Amino acid sequence: MLLIDCPFCGPRAEIEFRCGGESHIQRPGPHTHVSDAEWADYLFYRENPKGEHRERWFHSAGCRRWFNAARDTVTHQFRVTYKMGDVCPEAGESAVSEAAPSAVAGGIV
Amino acid sequence: MSGWRLKTAGRVDRGQSIAFQWAGRTLHGYAGDTLASALMANGVSIIGRSFKYHRPRGLLAAGLEEPNAIIQLETGAVAVPNVKATQIELYEGLVANPVNAKPSLEFDLLAVNSLFKRFIPAAFYYKTFMWPNWHWFEPAIRKAAGLGDAPEGVDPDSYHHRFAHTDIMVVGSGAAGLAAAIAAAKGGEKVLLVEADAELGGGLLSEPSEVEGLTALAWRDRMLAALSDMPNVTVMNRTMAFGFYDHQLVGLCERVTDHQPPSQRSGPRQRLWKVRTKRVILATGAFERPIAFSGNDLPGVMLASAAQTYALRYGVAPGQRVVVATNNDSAYHAAFALHDAGVEVAAIVDSRAKGGDVISGAAERGIRTIMDSAPLKAKGRRRVSGAVLADVADGKARDTIACDTILMSNGWNPAVHLHSQSGGSLAFNSSLEAFLPSKSVQAAVNVGAAAGIFDLDIALASGRAAGQGDDIQAPFPAAVGPTLHFADGDARAAKAWVDFQNDVTAGDVQIAARENFRSVEHLKRYTTLGMASDQGKTSNVTGIHMLSNLLGKPPQAIGTTKFRPPFDPVTIGGFAGRAVGENLMPLAHAAAHASALAVGAKMENYGSWLRPAYFPRAGEDEHAAVAREVLAVRGQVGLFDASPLGKIEVKGPDAAEFLQRVYVNGVRNLKVGRCRYGLMLSEHGIVYDDGVFAKIAEDHFLVGTTSGHAAAIADMLQEWLQCEWTDLKVLVENVTTAWAVMNVAGPKARAVLEAIGTDIDLSRDAFPHMTYREGLVGGVPARIQRVSFSGELSYEVSVPWGYGRALWDAMMQAGAPHGITPFGVEALMALRIEKGFLHVGSDTDGTTMPQDVGFGAAVAKKPDDFVGRRSTMTPEGLRADRRQLVGLETLDTGGAFECGAHIVAADTKGIGATQGWVTSSVQSPTLGRPLAMALVERGTARIGETVQVWNLGKGRPAQIVDPRFYDPAGDRLDG
Repeated sequence: MLLIDCPFCGPRAEIEFRCGGESHIQRPGPHTHVSDAEWADYLFYRENPKGEHRERWFHSAGCRRWFNAARDTVTHQFRVTYKMGDVCPEAGESAVSEAAPSAVAGGIV
Repeated sequence: MSGWRLKTAGRVDRGQSIAFQWAGRTLHGYAGDTLASALMANGVSIIGRSFKYHRPRGLLAAGLEEPNAIIQLETGAVAVPNVKATQIELYEGLVANPVNAKPSLEFDLLAVNSLFKRFIPAAFYYKTFMWPNWHWFEPAIRKAAGLGDAPEGVDPDSYHHRFAHTDIMVVGSGAAGLAAAIAAAKGGEKVLLVEADAELGGGLLSEPSEVEGLTALAWRDRMLAALSDMPNVTVMNRTMAFGFYDHQLVGLCERVTDHQPPSQRSGPRQRLWKVRTKRVILATGAFERPIAFSGNDLPGVMLASAAQTYALRYGVAPGQRVVVATNNDSAYHAAFALHDAGVEVAAIVDSRAKGGDVISGAAERGIRTIMDSAPLKAKGRRRVSGAVLADVADGKARDTIACDTILMSNGWNPAVHLHSQSGGSLAFNSSLEAFLPSKSVQAAVNVGAAAGIFDLDIALASGRAAGQGDDIQAPFPAAVGPTLHFADGDARAAKAWVDFQNDVTAGDVQIAARENFRSVEHLKRYTTLGMASDQGKTSNVTGIHMLSNLLGKPPQAIGTTKFRPPFDPVTIGGFAGRAVGENLMPLAHAAAHASALAVGAKMENYGSWLRPAYFPRAGEDEHAAVAREVLAVRGQVGLFDASPLGKIEVKGPDAAEFLQRVYVNGVRNLKVGRCRYGLMLSEHGIVYDDGVFAKIAEDHFLVGTTSGHAAAIADMLQEWLQCEWTDLKVLVENVTTAWAVMNVAGPKARAVLEAIGTDIDLSRDAFPHMTYREGLVGGVPARIQRVSFSGELSYEVSVPWGYGRALWDAMMQAGAPHGITPFGVEALMALRIEKGFLHVGSDTDGTTMPQDVGFGAAVAKKPDDFVGRRSTMTPEGLRADRRQLVGLETLDTGGAFECGAHIVAADTKGIGATQGWVTSSVQSPTLGRPLAMALVERGTARIGETVQVWNLGKGRPAQIVDPRFYDPAGDRLDG
């Protein structure tokens, strides 16, 4: 069972999360200008690397936030986890993390 | 000619006699015996019959690597099939039976299989019993195979799951493990020591030599005392580490009550632990290798170290006259232990030219040693009667020594299972002829015999170094002697067993190589070598050696098969834990559950909710109850608990814009206080959910979903907001279980609400159909939507969940003078089919798009993108012949159509090309005739056309119609 470092909650067992597959996928639009090939690519085609995979995870039984992770598909090691919307930190950099887990992005409340 | 109890020796408590049952006979053993040692002490030689050939088998080992002594423990619901006799701690009144032998072990009818042995070698079922149809033979072959019987009845035991964290886990409590645990604990960190056996000490429990100046047992006791004094140490016995998973997670199986008589057990039978640990020290020991000589499966042939364990730990001798065959020093100690306990050792047969220093011990005891020799064949029919020896150089038979026991040792295989499961690699060591752990990829180290370190002093040093976190010095190990291999095609190889439990011989390995199954994974699957419940602990490496010898490829190049958890079998109940019975898929109860039960509701499982299907009165079957309920709703008023209905609050300045992107329908133009029926698609353009959404205030919507999809849709909305449309200012909250909903529906519905009392103006003009109002109902804050799935005047009254049952009760009371009738899901389905209302999942499937269910115009009218829109514009989505939802009327008197019945062209004779199928069907109580809905190719353009429905093997005529059978204009809704 993987140990996943949620950027908001810290390391938690895999059973608290749901994997959302490959990350950094832009939804093509506007719909009137998307070719069948582009749309098919968005729906069905995914990278399948032997090595580092940039993917999304959802902390469904915890803070219920989505975040990104760079995970090695061979060793299952997580190199880094980083916030949704951020660029994946390069090897050597660390993800910039928020000060307190209670901070809410976007200032909605 | 069989085992016997030694006068002294052993750790069994000779003051505590235990009576037990074996194959219907009452026998006696001592506290501290295993079932295996007790059987051996009672002279039981044949313990089982082999899996395929039904050959008589005795004990091969003393521990969990035992392949032969598979027995059926206890009877009835507590029966455990396929347990190893070596793993059962003897308790008073234990009942054990052999398996795979009818009528008895001594006389097994299926031993006739042995006569046909040469026609049923490995993989015979790929080549024979195929013509004319292999299905004929399969049941008989399956019945002849197998060992124990699955228990009858539900497992009465409970199993718990626990999580734990520790700093250092030490697996195994032999010499190296104990040394490692003490050294680790002295560093102050949290240490967890786990041991699969009931007693700690591993090999120390049968070790005759001294350890650091003390007897092995005294040294062990001292270590255990020290460990129990350290507060940072936890010791768990009867706890097997069965799996080493990702990120330092180790799975443990703790057997809590298995060693007690069933009548005395209380509490959980076993606990499954998931332990996250910073470091692991694997002190898992090693398994001795058997020698593959002809007849090596006869009762009386045993591993040398096993005989030593039986003698020194359990006080049992394996036989009267013993020959010890070996290629290394360790078996000499077994010979000495037996000799010193009073057993006659006829000879030590060593395949090496010169033995080690240990050979002087043989001379001192007057034990004959025969060098350069190996066993060729065991003589005997149901028990060893002699050993035929051969010269290692030429393999030719030499002496025959009369004996009733042959002990064998062909070297030792480190137990590398957990190391390999963790991702660690192995390297073949040609001195030891064994696979040793090489690199670890997780924080784990191997010590002692698990690392190929068999010298006791060096093993202790390795444990201490590992405990302190230092590097381990690996010594250069002493080489084992040669192994006599059968030449390819030698018929005697067919009687030399490799995998005892699955009945795989050296001859089978030769067949595999000959037929080009040359990879180690193919060897395994083609012969089933290593696939039995012992997972090849005494056979895998031997098979690899043989394959290496046959192919002329080094064992390193052949490699091992993949190691997978569990290391040793774990009962399935352990993995299930508490998620059994009703706890596996707990069904939620609707708000008025208790009140519904009180009036006789017949409950059913509707997608994770337990809901009333119908409310039968005395003498009513389902059909009659549903018909009565439908007519009551249409004629007077009905009450339905709609609490499971999905409710999601969507609030914020961008709420309307957000929902505009989620729904097929327009949302932005919806006014406050109004409701709209909407469709949600998946990104593949498929109809995913339908429901009513309401604008309850500025920037505040209530999204209704089907009860089954509420949580998934709330998650889906979050996903869009967090991952894609991050600039939208919207809050989403799933409030499904915060609000109970009572649906009062029928011409008298308004009267019932008025009778309860509300401050909401219920008049038709103030509160029209498809609008939303808030206020007090019966003094309780309520949200009401005039929404109708039944097709009658209908109010869905939401109150905070805790008031739900009281609201139901109040409505039943207020509605009594109006003939209020509770109705269930089945009646609701009949009502909505009469109205031609679609039900997602019944009238839609994984291909249905909005244009198929009448939403083509709504999509065309909407300029914006929404989830799934682009997928409706693919060539598949734009096809003119898509199946569309229509109604069907029967044209005969054959009753209602079956759901799934296919529509074919009217003139079809027999079975024809499908044009669609029936999706919903009911014998309408209101209209007194069968009604159906169906997805039919080009359906809407074909309204009026006659077709055929292939229904239960008969073609029946039908007419395609508009599905709005009852009140097509919707007048009843506006009441």
